[in-house]
Amino acid sequence: MSAAESIKYIYPELILLIFSVAILTLGLFSKKSGLYGILSLLGVTVSAFCLHNNFPAPAPIFSNLLLSDSFSRFFKELSLVVTFIVILISMGYRIIKEEDEPEYYFLLLVITCAMMLAVSSGNLVMIYVAMEAVSIISYILVGFRKHDALSNEAALKYFLFGTLATGIMLYGISFIYGLFGTTDLSVVHTALVSKGINNVTLSAALLLIFAGIAFKCALVPFHMWVPDAYQGAPTSITAFISVGPKIVGFVVLLRVFLKDFLPVFPAWSGFFTVICVATMTAGNIIAISQTNIKRMLAYSSIAQAGYILIGFITGTPLGIMAVLFYIFVYAIMNLGAFACVTLISDSIKSDSIKDYAGLSKRDPVSAFMLALFLLSLAGIPPLAGFMGKFLLFAAAIESKLVFLAIAAAINSVIAFYYYVYVIKCMYLDEPQILDVQPKSTALQTALIIAIAGILIIGIWPLPVLSLVNASISR
Amino acid sequence: MNFPILTYIISSTLLGAVLVLFVPKKNIFLIKTIATLATAIPLLLSVILLFRFNLSGADMQFQEKLAWIPQINVWYHLGADGISIGLIFLTALLGFLACIASYSINTREKEYFFFYLLLNVGMLGTFMALDLFLFYMFWEVVLVPMYFLIGIWGGPRKEYAAIKFFLYTLAGSLFMLLGILALYFTSTPHTFNMLELTQPAHALTLGLQILIFIALFLGFAIKVPIFPFHTWLPDAHVEAPTPVSVLLAGVLLKMGAYGFFRISFPILKEAAHYFVFPLAVLGVINIIYGAFVAMAQKDFKKMVAYSSVSHMGFVILGLASMTVIGFNGALLEMFNHGIITGGMFLLVGVLYERTHTRELDKFGGLGVKMPVYAGLLTVFSLASLGLPGLSGFVSEFLSLLGAYPVFKLITVISVLGMIITAAYFLYMLQRVLLGRLNEKWADIVDMNKLEIFIIVPLLLIMIVIGVYPLIALKYQASAINALMQKMGGMLF
Repeated sequence: MSAAESIKYIYPELILLIFSVAILTLGLFSKKSGLYGILSLLGVTVSAFCLHNNFPAPAPIFSNLLLSDSFSRFFKELSLVVTFIVILISMGYRIIKEEDEPEYYFLLLVITCAMMLAVSSGNLVMIYVAMEAVSIISYILVGFRKHDALSNEAALKYFLFGTLATGIMLYGISFIYGLFGTTDLSVVHTALVSKGINNVTLSAALLLIFAGIAFKCALVPFHMWVPDAYQGAPTSITAFISVGPKIVGFVVLLRVFLKDFLPVFPAWSGFFTVICVATMTAGNIIAISQTNIKRMLAYSSIAQAGYILIGFITGTPLGIMAVLFYIFVYAIMNLGAFACVTLISDSIKSDSIKDYAGLSKRDPVSAFMLALFLLSLAGIPPLAGFMGKFLLFAAAIESKLVFLAIAAAINSVIAFYYYVYVIKCMYLDEPQILDVQPKSTALQTALIIAIAGILIIGIWPLPVLSLVNASISR
Repeated sequence: MNFPILTYIISSTLLGAVLVLFVPKKNIFLIKTIATLATAIPLLLSVILLFRFNLSGADMQFQEKLAWIPQINVWYHLGADGISIGLIFLTALLGFLACIASYSINTREKEYFFFYLLLNVGMLGTFMALDLFLFYMFWEVVLVPMYFLIGIWGGPRKEYAAIKFFLYTLAGSLFMLLGILALYFTSTPHTFNMLELTQPAHALTLGLQILIFIALFLGFAIKVPIFPFHTWLPDAHVEAPTPVSVLLAGVLLKMGAYGFFRISFPILKEAAHYFVFPLAVLGVINIIYGAFVAMAQKDFKKMVAYSSVSHMGFVILGLASMTVIGFNGALLEMFNHGIITGGMFLLVGVLYERTHTRELDKFGGLGVKMPVYAGLLTVFSLASLGLPGLSGFVSEFLSLLGAYPVFKLITVISVLGMIITAAYFLYMLQRVLLGRLNEKWADIVDMNKLEIFIIVPLLLIMIVIGVYPLIALKYQASAINALMQKMGGMLF
């Protein structure tokens, strides 16, 4: 389809861009605090509304660069939900200075736009460009506290690792081009099915591409940047990068390996199993010894990525359903946990887990909510995290991957220890101070959305499951 | 009449828990009232359940079935039969009595009663669920409140005990989850329905059955607890506050044994037959080992905790016998142990509240100062050691009787366990009640009316079942006969 005809497919992205430019321009004239947050919320809402109501029949657009199918639509919607919650968290986060607000929200809207493009790309070069856009804006956002040494260090580390990983990925893409004469994934797929190439060069190319994706998903051994970046970034941005780029990474992983390179996928399952078990185990074991809650959640998110890989490895419809469901649930519960951390650090001025002592007495509501998010991450019923883990386990057992299932079960027990350690501090230890700061309404709204999400999805998963099913039935 | 009585039992407790959350934490009276009502209503309903129960029916009664997650064929499916009805009543009864015993909790009451009620929801649901998914959900719901109840209101080593309890049981239940999933995927069409899975059409190969049996065994054995998975139990019991100990011993341990009755045995018949001998051996180890360790304890509560390990051995032995009599004994022992040991823990709590110590050697001569207490403690101890005329004897005797034709040597060794049990209980009575009065306790007061009110119902049940066991056995007879027919065990 030509560019002119394709335009109507990307209205939601265009709306986001228009809003972001408007915010940046307005920022030159007015420094009114709070205005830009509301404007960007509006932008996201309009974009979501447009995505929901104006959805032409699925088609490859812009000469196959982008795909407009129900699979990408699901992730576009999820990206918008994530940004919506992150904006709410940011509005209640007092570290961002008033004069920086327009720039901050501009970047948030642009990165959302880039994510929406990345999840719908059907061409390796397009994937590369969109992912790079997501990465570059992430680096800036991580280093957003310009005068904070930790934030700067985090940004630099993230940048160095990131460029290396994307460079490697680009190198892999060049191999694919050399082999097939195109970077269009659907053409590559047809060639693979008819000719069945399975040689060393292809494996090398896929390995290199995988390295780039694994960096985004924070899989072991490409996880080194995670704890520092999470700790140094402003907490609202930590919430975002723990979810947003990860979604992109997993979507690309699913698209490349389970759709277009499906014929060679079985040969890779052993390799992925090793990565999966290493990711879960390393994430969980290192998380135990963390004393900073942001670092702890960073390692926990590494482990969570390992769980998601289980569904990916099975490659069955149930497995893919479990992956999509888990990503959805993970996004909500992780954002919720970071929203709580933002709220609490605002009041106690610390991210150290020890300083959470006795929080249940100082601020029972926040403590209760954080406890629920952590229990959901740990996979305790009837919270949404359990439902997600249940489906992943089910997928593993269905495919007779008993080893993976047992590894995941043991890991869940290990993970439980550090999640509950935080709960222990909040509920079992005595508080040092008892004052509570007034809480921001926006942040509380974000929390209410997330809490309602994990409770409702946990007890009544039907709507989300139907949504997931609809998006994978091509 | 289509009155969803089981749902009402669960939801009245759940509603209570939610209501407690919205009461200001200063209004302790209202919190306690809500909690009492939220445990009294289920008790009342469960008594109605007992009366409306059809004794001759071997099938599931009071069934409720609603679609829940159709994509994976999960149903909200509840029901009760002769195997679960006694346990439902036991849970409701102990839930109510322990709630009254909780009045003495004087810190963070709001949180306490919230977690307490949530715990009750999980326990009641576990015994009612007929869908494996639902069963697992209720099973896990028990863990979190238990962690807090031990961790916040427990003794000096509460944090250690709470996390140990949680990690042990979580590890077990995750393996159980894998077993449940394996059952689901090996059935055609895929189902979580416990009743359907017992049908011969769903029979699996022996190898597969053995694997799944082991996975489920890990979950159930840790909960029972079966040696060598029992080490969490003494820690949890010693540190838990009295009402929680009552529920822990009275109900939580039964969840594991119930799992054998409801899931492992009827669904994995061949594997169950394959494993009877190891089970019987584990049973006798529980009996003898638990009894010896109990004898060596200096801490009153720890002694009772290990006596639980010993008593649960009779349940395992009865199960392993694969006879109708043995099954009857095992199931009745579950109920009786709940009543007797629940009472024992209440009595330990009474003493602890007055003296703030549980060291057996620090008491002495209390029989003179606390005659009512002395009387009750003696009766409960005698019931626990299996004196004829009290309920504990009936069920242990039936377990042994059922096991004897199958495992002669093991049964003979098990009987020795009863002698050791008698020894340590009598030794305990001697150290606490008899001998010279320790001057420290010169002005100790006897049990008050509330404490007596809590323990009398247990005492009555104990005596009634001891004298006329049929009153309890008639509830379980037809369900156990049906189970045995399915299992193809010995019908005598």
